[in-house]
Amino acid sequence: MRRTVRDTSAALERSPVLTALSVTTIAFSLFAFGLFGLVALNIRNALQQVEERVEIRAFVADGTDAESIAAAAGDISAFPEVQSVDIVSKDQALARARKELKEFSDVFEAGVLPASIDVRLKPGFRDPTTVDRVAERLRSYPFIDDVRYGQDWLVQLYRLRNIAGVAGLALGLAFAAVSVIIIGATIRMAVLARAEEISIMRLVGATDGYIRRPFLLEGFLKGVGGGLLALLLTWASMRLVDQYLNFHTVFFSASLAALGVAAGAFIGVVGSAAAVGRHLRGL
Amino acid sequence: MSAADVSGVIRFDRVTKEYPRSGTALQEVSFRVAKGEFVFLTGPSGAGKSTILRMIYFEERPTSGLVRVSGVNSEHASKREVSKLRRRLGIVFQDFRLLEDRTAEANVAFALEVTATPRAQIGPKVSRVLTQVGLASKATAYSNELSGGEQQRVAIARALVNDPFVLIADEPTGNLDERATRGVFQLLREINASGTAIVMATHDLDLVRHADFRTIELNRGQIVYDSAEPRAEGA
Ligand SMILES: Nc1ncnc2c1ncn2[C@@H]1O[C@H](COP(=O)(O)OP(=O)(O)OP(=O)(O)O)[C@@H](O)[C@H]1O
Ligand SMILES: [Mg+2]
Repeated sequence: MRRTVRDTSAALERSPVLTALSVTTIAFSLFAFGLFGLVALNIRNALQQVEERVEIRAFVADGTDAESIAAAAGDISAFPEVQSVDIVSKDQALARARKELKEFSDVFEAGVLPASIDVRLKPGFRDPTTVDRVAERLRSYPFIDDVRYGQDWLVQLYRLRNIAGVAGLALGLAFAAVSVIIIGATIRMAVLARAEEISIMRLVGATDGYIRRPFLLEGFLKGVGGGLLALLLTWASMRLVDQYLNFHTVFFSASLAALGVAAGAFIGVVGSAAAVGRHLRGL
Repeated sequence: MSAADVSGVIRFDRVTKEYPRSGTALQEVSFRVAKGEFVFLTGPSGAGKSTILRMIYFEERPTSGLVRVSGVNSEHASKREVSKLRRRLGIVFQDFRLLEDRTAEANVAFALEVTATPRAQIGPKVSRVLTQVGLASKATAYSNELSGGEQQRVAIARALVNDPFVLIADEPTGNLDERATRGVFQLLREINASGTAIVMATHDLDLVRHADFRTIELNRGQIVYDSAEPRAEGA
């Protein structure tokens, strides 16, 4: 083991350029992966917040009596998708509008705004299809004039999240493959630089496992280094976005960040195992 | 003593080797090497000497026939068994194959370090073999500071350090002048005298003639003469 460590550190010292190259390529691949991940994460986060505010507002025709409205509200609150139902009278609607749009408070006159039944859905039922379905059922009440919810932007946001997720996955896998190839190539150079030593090791009876070990450790360390660097780059770019776009982003949780570094280590080990394996088989 | 003495520590039974591009390198070669024996392999370039030696340390496997070396069998030997066997063989080449950026003692120690030898044993073993080959005074010299003859001695010391039962030498004097050749050959005789078998491929017929050792002559992948056999068939 001591020898493995010594060989590895010697290898890293002997070729600082090669080492820097492999670490940065792994870092950049994971960085790209991380950026997409961060975008997807933030969209998901935004969606969650938006979803919490998803509200269906069913406007009640003027002159509907309060009992019908209360009965309908009771019916609606029994829908399995529904979390809560609020009845907003004309007066309440006016008060709310005045409060939300202070600048225009004198524009609103009593009686202009209709009464409404405001419906909030349970978590897990806030996707566009479910919202549509519930809205449809609300429309079927004869005294409901109109049903409003943010259908357009809700659909857009969902689509965006799916695109970000798929793009992140596809690009991430592509980048991971590129990293494996690059680390494989750099380890292969390291293997060739030590070809003489390896052939002597084989001659005097060192096992393939023994020969492989320092290269695997080298790949592992480069992978971890690349992973940490990628994490740093991702974090720095998030801070930049925060600062200049004045947009509050969320960062990866500690376990997700650790997973990223582990992915770097995995890429490093797989790349070097492939390179050394190829060399040993070719002998 | 044991059965291995009678049947040989190295056995080739009707060994044929064909290379994909260059065709048949060995054809139905059979011979045995007894414990402690010294055997010369001679014959023109391309006759198959190196191929036989590479088969002894399982760098190559026969296309047909069977090679057995100290109980390891060419049909079944795993990679691990081959590694273990090589720790009990010594191998030297014409071009020495030393690591240039290391000292003589580091080169010898290398063979022990990479085969999981306990650290405490390495130092004493290295100085013992360096003394045996007459290079104790050059232990800390880098291999590129040594003469060809000295480098070959370091290589032989490395081959000896695990106490091999056989030393395999592929033209060990091929790169040496006459004086160095005599010195290295004398060393090989001493090693053999202490009980290690030696199989040595060589072009140096002078050397072969002046030593009274068994000689196997190859031509075009076949044994055309074996001094241990009463009479080779044909002529
Ligand atoms: N790795 C290989 N691939 C293909 N053909 C090979 C290989 N090694 C040897 N040969 C062929 O096998 C034959 C025997 O070669 P070998 O090296 O055993 O001869 P040799 O007796 O050692 O010759 P020399 O005295 O020149 O060293 C030659 O025809 C050679 O071209
Ligand atoms: Mg040869």
